[in-house]
Amino acid sequence: MAYQRVAIVGAGITKFVRRAQETGKELAFQAAKMALDSCGLTMKDIECVSLGTAPDAFDGVHMKGEYLADGSGGWRKPYMRHFVGGGTGVFAPIHGWFHVASGMFDTCLVVCSEKMSSCHPHPQGAFKTIFDHTTEQPLNPTLIWIFALEMNRYMQTYGITKEEIALVSVKNKKNAMDHPSAQLPMEITVEDVLNSEVLAWPVNRLDISPASDGAAAIVLASEHVAKRITDKPVWIDGVGWNLDTAYWATRDLAYPRYVEKAARMAYEMAGIKEPQKEIEIAEPYDPFDYKELHHMEGLLLADRGKAVEMLLDGKTQRDGDRPMCPSGGALGVGNPIAATGLMKVIEIFLQLRGEAGKRQVPGNPRCGLAQAWGDLMQVGTVVVLRR
Amino acid sequence: MELERFELGATHYKESDLKEGKLLSLPWTPNLKYAWDNGVAIGRYLAELKEGRIIARKCNKCRRIMLPPRMFCEMCWRPTDEWVYVKDTGRVNTYSVCYVNWDASRIKKGEKPHLPAVIEIDGASPGMGILHLLGEVEPEDIKIGMWVRAVWKKPEEREGAITDILYFKPVRR
Ligand SMILES: [Zn+2]
Repeated sequence: MAYQRVAIVGAGITKFVRRAQETGKELAFQAAKMALDSCGLTMKDIECVSLGTAPDAFDGVHMKGEYLADGSGGWRKPYMRHFVGGGTGVFAPIHGWFHVASGMFDTCLVVCSEKMSSCHPHPQGAFKTIFDHTTEQPLNPTLIWIFALEMNRYMQTYGITKEEIALVSVKNKKNAMDHPSAQLPMEITVEDVLNSEVLAWPVNRLDISPASDGAAAIVLASEHVAKRITDKPVWIDGVGWNLDTAYWATRDLAYPRYVEKAARMAYEMAGIKEPQKEIEIAEPYDPFDYKELHHMEGLLLADRGKAVEMLLDGKTQRDGDRPMCPSGGALGVGNPIAATGLMKVIEIFLQLRGEAGKRQVPGNPRCGLAQAWGDLMQVGTVVVLRR
Repeated sequence: MELERFELGATHYKESDLKEGKLLSLPWTPNLKYAWDNGVAIGRYLAELKEGRIIARKCNKCRRIMLPPRMFCEMCWRPTDEWVYVKDTGRVNTYSVCYVNWDASRIKKGEKPHLPAVIEIDGASPGMGILHLLGEVEPEDIKIGMWVRAVWKKPEEREGAITDILYFKPVRR
């Protein structure tokens, strides 16, 4: 396939907070401005804009893509909004990649902005309509059901305990203590997780990422332009995405096959044959602690049912052999849905450039991966980055 | 670029600031009503539920007997072929014990937790589960793999809805 090579050359992010005084547009502007400043560009240098934002129902604003366009730099530009639930934050940069890889544009600004706090009493209520309106909604489901059901099936299938899974939350919230955007950085113990309020067994409060407001942005450029902007481009060498059935109760809940398909697509494009060897650092999507393990397996970064062994061996710690969520992840940095995935892309970008500050992993990694996941637990979105 | 060198945006406020009027906001309660058409497959499914039966749809290419029924096979991407009655028994594929309501409010003190489960229905293809609730069981007695049977509303109270099945309860096999 012939396409332009695409690099990330700049990044911006706001703090992630439970409630931001700024509107979604203002958050988008703050992140986008920082992304441009970070690489010395202005909006004049940007040829198109790719926006990611999750359900309109969070904001009660229909056509949220259009609503956010001005703050995102979309004014009188080719502008596209992308949305696959929680998978959006990696879906939007994939579409930015298309814009540049196709040769149509040489620069693209990717912005992901999310404001969940407008929805009262809690944005969780906005998720009710993701369930089938006739066969499921009359049972009064809440979003946590599907996570609890999936987590229980995963635990049962491989004999994994809640204690083991809680270690993911402990690790990520601790990692977040070094992230300047973090909403829930904490030093906690497995006991704290197990003793936190049971929401939907096996899910306790500290197994879950918070609702958040925040935005993130990156600047993409084609190879010849990127080399003029920075001497440290980070290349998007593989992209993949995949969607499974909406009849979610008929799926194998212990294994995210659609994540595997997305990963395989990205690996093939990046020429990766042995992901466990070649992917040195990753940001799997972790809205719930078990999801980090579930996704490591779907991403082929661990054998089925074995991600927990890497966790227990300390391999997934920031100073371990295969750091997972060195940023602090959704569990620690926060989870403003669409912005979370892009925060993960930014973390790998910074790590590969050696610019992650206190979060920097040892070993000068050359190749990393960011993944997001969402919809009715049915979509996987993956990018493979190299320096 | 290190993030620490930038002044990051987003200004946090507390929910109490909002309640105490320290921040201005405009509340809006949408009053929209939707009437969702049941469609062909789910229309028949609901009509059968009213009669106390569960019906599935079969694809003669992949030979899957599918629940909930659908007029197309998403795997083979072709129309499905026949209606097939399945049983009102099955096995618990997975379950949860939930103390939270749909809007994240907590259940009241003394109220029993919600017991959602994925139930693989007998007669449908393996792995074909539906979302429903468990009942007449203590949370600590629920096991993945346990056999269950539908507990139906009285015929005169059924209205052609998934809730015509009140819940599934454990049965001995
Ligand atoms: Zn078929």
